[in-house]
Amino acid sequence: MKDSPVVKWFASREGLYYLALALLLVVVLPVMLDAFRLNMVGKYLTYAFVAIGLVMCWGKAGILSLGQGVFFGLGGYCMAMYLKLEASTPEATAIQSTPGIPDFMDWNQITALPWFWEPFNSFAFTLIAVIGVPVLLALIIGVAMFTRRVGGVYFAIITQAIAAILTILIIGQQGYTGGINGITDLRTLMGWDIRTDEAKTALYFVTVALLFVCLFAARLIQKRKLGRILVAMNTQENRVRFSGYDVAAFKIFVFCLAAAFAGIGGALFTLSVGFMSPSFIGIVASIEMVIFCALGGRLSILGAVYGALLVNAAKSGFSESFPELWPFAMGALFIGVVLAFPNGLAGLYQTYVMPLEERLFRRKPKTDGSQKAKATAPAQTPGERGKEYDPLIDQYSPEKS
Amino acid sequence: MKAAKSKSKDFLLAVEGLTVSFDGFKAVDDLSFYLDPNEIRVIIGPNGAGKTTVLDLICGKTRATSGSIRFQGRELTKMKEHQIVHSGVGRKFQTPSVFEDLTVFENLEVSYPQGHSVMGALAFKRDLAVVEEIESVARTIFLEDMLEQPASLLSHGQKQWLEIGMLLIQKPKLIMLDEPVAGMSVVERKKTAELLKVITREHTVLVIEHDMQFVGDIADRVTVMHQGKVLSEGSIEHVKSDPKVIEVYLGH
Amino acid sequence: MFDGYTTSELMSIFAMQGFAGLSLFSVFVLMALGLAIIFGQMGVINMAHGEFMILGAYTTYLTSSAFQSYLPGLFGGYFFVAMLFAFLVCAALGAFVEWAMVRHLYRRPLDTLLATWGLSLILQQAYRTIFGAREVGVTLPDWMMGSIQVTDMVDLPINGLFVMIIALSIAIAVYFLMYRSGWGKKVRAVVQNRPMAEAVGINSAGVDRATFALGCGIAGIAGAAFTMIGSTGPSSGQAYIVDTFLVVVFGGAQSLIGTIVSAFGISQAQSTLEFFLSGSMAKVLTLLVVVGILMLRPEGLMALKIRR
Ligand SMILES: Nc1ncnc2c1ncn2[C@@H]1O[C@H](COP(=O)(O)OP(=O)(O)OP(=O)(O)O)[C@@H](O)[C@H]1O
Ligand SMILES: [Mg+2]
Repeated sequence: MKDSPVVKWFASREGLYYLALALLLVVVLPVMLDAFRLNMVGKYLTYAFVAIGLVMCWGKAGILSLGQGVFFGLGGYCMAMYLKLEASTPEATAIQSTPGIPDFMDWNQITALPWFWEPFNSFAFTLIAVIGVPVLLALIIGVAMFTRRVGGVYFAIITQAIAAILTILIIGQQGYTGGINGITDLRTLMGWDIRTDEAKTALYFVTVALLFVCLFAARLIQKRKLGRILVAMNTQENRVRFSGYDVAAFKIFVFCLAAAFAGIGGALFTLSVGFMSPSFIGIVASIEMVIFCALGGRLSILGAVYGALLVNAAKSGFSESFPELWPFAMGALFIGVVLAFPNGLAGLYQTYVMPLEERLFRRKPKTDGSQKAKATAPAQTPGERGKEYDPLIDQYSPEKS
Repeated sequence: MKAAKSKSKDFLLAVEGLTVSFDGFKAVDDLSFYLDPNEIRVIIGPNGAGKTTVLDLICGKTRATSGSIRFQGRELTKMKEHQIVHSGVGRKFQTPSVFEDLTVFENLEVSYPQGHSVMGALAFKRDLAVVEEIESVARTIFLEDMLEQPASLLSHGQKQWLEIGMLLIQKPKLIMLDEPVAGMSVVERKKTAELLKVITREHTVLVIEHDMQFVGDIADRVTVMHQGKVLSEGSIEHVKSDPKVIEVYLGH
Repeated sequence: MFDGYTTSELMSIFAMQGFAGLSLFSVFVLMALGLAIIFGQMGVINMAHGEFMILGAYTTYLTSSAFQSYLPGLFGGYFFVAMLFAFLVCAALGAFVEWAMVRHLYRRPLDTLLATWGLSLILQQAYRTIFGAREVGVTLPDWMMGSIQVTDMVDLPINGLFVMIIALSIAIAVYFLMYRSGWGKKVRAVVQNRPMAEAVGINSAGVDRATFALGCGIAGIAGAAFTMIGSTGPSSGQAYIVDTFLVVVFGGAQSLIGTIVSAFGISQAQSTLEFFLSGSMAKVLTLLVVVGILMLRPEGLMALKIRR
């Protein structure tokens, strides 16, 4: 119906950024990398879901959650439970004292499938749970905290404590959760072997596709009044409240959104690595997710994707060659990003690369007067009335918060 | 007072027996006053008299310890802030609080009384009616040429106007302004007085102000507060000649 | 869960576990005091606080080794020297960190949290490189060994008692420093109204640095005390950090008494539950209750009502 706006959008600068990312993920990397490496990239991308959620929640709305691993993990565990049940057919587990239940339950002298595992026999339920369980928990936390106006450092600490609680709980309840080893030895998804190279490659493309769905959802929110309210809330909470908005509802919404994204990422993570364990959801893992977002640029959803890719690639690189140096690098990254580059990669791109782009654009002979005027004011986005928010143009200004 | 109470239905706002205590300190103490529709009421009083606290109480920012605030017959003390706004009360803060990162246009748009729920804000579209409304308000607040400016570039006085504009666009019945001319130049002051005259054609206005000249320009009636209580109430002349007021506030 | 125990057995269990809880209480108090001072002053949670504590512990370890090799005659008293060293080393590092990092982030508490987390990663790995991944322990001086028999079922280890005495003395010292000294008055003035404090001539940047250094120094003392009741590894600090945050927040920021009360409550709950449930479930239950209460009462146990 609106062909031309879509085409126009892809030709706009913002559209080009998305196109470039799509090209990188759909063409360049699959061509360059073997199946093993591509699967690694797929794994990194599952963290990008969390990072996009954090951009919305922390970068835009100013709510720092140090417990995103919880939602990532819940999504991942939901998927793992389904896959584990599929792998634990009575035939496959015939040597157990109770065949037909997951092996770790048998090792822990559990003789029947616990009630909360039952629904995970259904794939449809699992799909709902992957998003539903994280969102439900986020909803409970959000309602409890935001309606009482808890925010800032307090909120960060409470979410961190929740990450700690969940990890200890999962490790402690071995019989129900697989304990510290997690849920391992996952094989098939509805009969389809997920361990083969073809399956891994297919899963990679599914991940990329879903990533773009999330990117576009986040982008839509940003462009709408909703996105503007989120940002406004961050700096002028009272003004928003006394302009007639229920601030708590908006915070709950964005926190649940971030939880949903994280849940999707977690489920894909389980599929891509073939197991799920508490080490991906604890305090350390959760706070690392924040750095993916911070490195990319806390206000840029595209930056978040690059941030997740880069940090994880660096982590793998380091742990292959200099594992003992990685914590230093990670620590330096935290300090450096916060102190020197609060706008992350997106900010650097904006200050150093965008001016070059501007010059390139201006050199084109066809530029008419109006475009020139816009080009001289780089902070202004093309389009009517500042309606458009360029993802890379939002600047985080430390003084204001 | 008894008589006033019985016909409080006719008042736009009826504040009765309002008390708030912060750890034993009564910032507002058994306060009562009544606003007629379309009246301009100015509250004056020495620093710390509790003026800002009264506005905080009416708009729900602070919760009353006891007493009632009825607005068009509805009790406000139990409502949430955004519900109070929706029922028709708009409030401007003492220090200008506009969205500095957004343009004047966007500031007004965010305040436009539509799309207040999460889903509403997602679905909200900028249609012609919205744009026209914003432009008309911008004219009222003398900012029609600055719609595209980021609010951070406005002068102090212009920010105050913008905040008033953000109230106007909500079409509230009661507008509460906390020291709207503080820090303004003489010219800006004049213009603001004009602006208030325009506003009161359609709104009831409750203003806190220290500048007696300005108060005289705009007020229908004046309430003088002192230590959380009403010290005196009436026309500006009445209040100015009240010995109690001269004693504690105006000085000899 | 109390089935199968006689009343007197239960009493003894509570007494024993209560005492075990007191060791935990001491660590909580010492760690939380430093954290609370910094949090109260700057609204900043120092994520590297556990690593400062461990720095104090390693300092104590080094001091004890030095005494063992060079001053064996004075070994009985090494702890007091070590405590002083631990304080000084940590305070010095704290002052440096404040200067290099934290002061640039005062209006961004969330960013400070992330930056100090980065610092904690670096410190942990540095400890691992210098001291190795294995936990190290100090030799207790003779007078700290043994225990006092209270009843025939309950005896109290002396090292635990000693640590508790240290914790309480430091708490009292902090109380006097913050509420009874001129310096404390300055600190509180800056907390309550920074521009005003500056206007009356208080060097608020200096106060910030000193406060941060003091908080870190106290963490160092906590580390010294920690060596008396447990061994020290590179990431021992991290194990306590979440608990201690909760202690601080639960107690109500800026309330010293609140911090101590909440440290007591949380440590006692945890150690008493530990006897009846598994260790991990005791911790889960304690944390859940604390988080639950905080959700209902976010201002903590004892909060000041301040204009927001
Ligand atoms: N939330 C609060 N907690 C404690 N005290 C408060 C609170 N709100 C107001 N107060 C106190 O109540 C008193 C009245 O304050 P208020 O701001 O209403 O005065 P005001 O009349 O607006 O003064 P000014 O003319 O300076 O603006 C002051 O002493 C103030 O310190
Ligand atoms: Mg006031």
